[in-house]
Amino acid sequence: MRAMVYRGPYRIRVQEKDRPSIEHPNDAIVRVTRAAICGSDLHLYHGMMPDTRVGTTFGHEFIGVVDEVGPSVRNLRPDDRVMVPFNIFCGSCFYCARGLYSNCHNVNPNATAVGGIYGYSHTCGGYDGGQAEYVRVPFADVGPSIIPEWMADDDAVMLTDALATGYFGAQLGDIVEGDVVVVFGAGPVGLYAAKSAWLMGAGRVIVIDHLDYRLEKAASFAHAETYNFAEYDDIVVHLKKITDHLGADVAIDAVGAEADGNLLQHVTAAKLKLQGGSPVALNWAIDSVRKGGTISVMGAYGPMFSAVKFGDAMNKGLTLRTNQCPVKRQWPRLFEHIRNGYLKPSDIITHRIPLEHIAEAYHIFSAKLDGCIKPLIVPNTA
Amino acid sequence: MPYTPDKPPLARSSDQLRARIPGWGVDLDPKDRPSVPRERFDPEHTGAHWQFPERQPERQPRERSIEHKFLTPVFGTSCPPRGLSGVMRRYAYRTYSEGRAAHWLLLLAADRVDTAESTLRSLVTRRPDNPVTETGVRSEFSHHGLASRTRGRRADRVHHPLDPIVVAAPWLLAGGLVYAGVRRITRHRRG
Repeated sequence: MRAMVYRGPYRIRVQEKDRPSIEHPNDAIVRVTRAAICGSDLHLYHGMMPDTRVGTTFGHEFIGVVDEVGPSVRNLRPDDRVMVPFNIFCGSCFYCARGLYSNCHNVNPNATAVGGIYGYSHTCGGYDGGQAEYVRVPFADVGPSIIPEWMADDDAVMLTDALATGYFGAQLGDIVEGDVVVVFGAGPVGLYAAKSAWLMGAGRVIVIDHLDYRLEKAASFAHAETYNFAEYDDIVVHLKKITDHLGADVAIDAVGAEADGNLLQHVTAAKLKLQGGSPVALNWAIDSVRKGGTISVMGAYGPMFSAVKFGDAMNKGLTLRTNQCPVKRQWPRLFEHIRNGYLKPSDIITHRIPLEHIAEAYHIFSAKLDGCIKPLIVPNTA
Repeated sequence: MPYTPDKPPLARSSDQLRARIPGWGVDLDPKDRPSVPRERFDPEHTGAHWQFPERQPERQPRERSIEHKFLTPVFGTSCPPRGLSGVMRRYAYRTYSEGRAAHWLLLLAADRVDTAESTLRSLVTRRPDNPVTETGVRSEFSHHGLASRTRGRRADRVHHPLDPIVVAAPWLLAGGLVYAGVRRITRHRRG
């Protein structure tokens, strides 16, 4: 089969690879019909995530058609059209039993701090991902769901991570009616988080980024008030000024490990890999939220330490709420919201690129060329 | 204003927001949200029909965190460790917990060694690594590279020049070493 493979930092290619096989009785093999590149894939692409091995196929956002199932699979059969959450989870461990699917303890031998994620390095379990023609899906009775007939493929693939994560991020903010919510990052997850904040009753939603085209999208797609931090000497002071010096009630970090805005932080983290991530957005969140406020972090960081301003967080009495999104828990409610017309996930897709040209897709997304917000990857077998 | 008791007033009331923004407030009740409460014990409805999953066969020794009691019942089988990078990775897993910086620094170092080993290995295959096609840099010309980078006040413009250095430095270093080696051999033979 054809698959994207990692060759080293900033280098990927498409090559022939063995089609995955059933390795466990509850595995399924899925023929991928749509995949997406996630902002967090860029951390792998840039060589930031420890134990990212040459030869790995990335891709944790994908949908497809079941091609083969293992002998113990009961809920799926060949030709089912399925959406697959980015979390690999067993459904029966201590964490899964409590709905913490992203923290499953039975799928990642390489680390206990993080669960299993498709195509996200050996630190996340060593599974190949869905930027390929076929992918192995463990625990087929637990993770994937059949895509409702009324749902378009482009909407379904956004539900496998980006939309669910953005919606989850807004929930981590514990938003109550009338809250002022500031979202750092106008990428796909930030856009969805901003949109979701309104569903939870926010009274004002502010989005911060440095890319004008993304801020324009935040205004049109998420009805947000937007500010380009590159136009201000100190975005924290600006946020204080526009909130009558109180600060926001809730801050959402939808940027993660490669945040810009402080050259030293960015270069030490993203280029020199001396930190788990550049915590610029997180530090801005800490400083711009009001005392007693809540910070939601679902921007992805690596396992190494980062220079976070924890003293300010402590002194301000902040609540920091974090996690990888347990995707499947969000789906029933998100299906309702899509059906009712409150959310149209595919509105943020800007590029549709054949698998064979995925190296260009990564470069475009990484360098933020051509107004790119969300690139979809379409395999030849789709 | 934080200097007085009341919260600053909002520009728009809830009713105005409800009228303007589709779906405003449909998840208003904090208790009625999919991830609330954070932990909800419900093992019957995950789809799992096991208490503990059947074990995936371990066809070759699988490295694991020493914070795990045993090898997890299911695991990825992509890219088993090999070469010098494999030795480093196995050592990192065997020796240090996830709480130790040495664990992650060794794994990061192994990643760089893996890249060098794989690139060298590719030179003796029919498809050697090609930094031009693999970086996707051709999209600079097909997808408005210059215009995209110069438009607006992008904060990342200042470190864009570092990207080619990160990509090219190992190639230049390797090329320099090969050149130096060849020159030394040539001189030795002449001398």
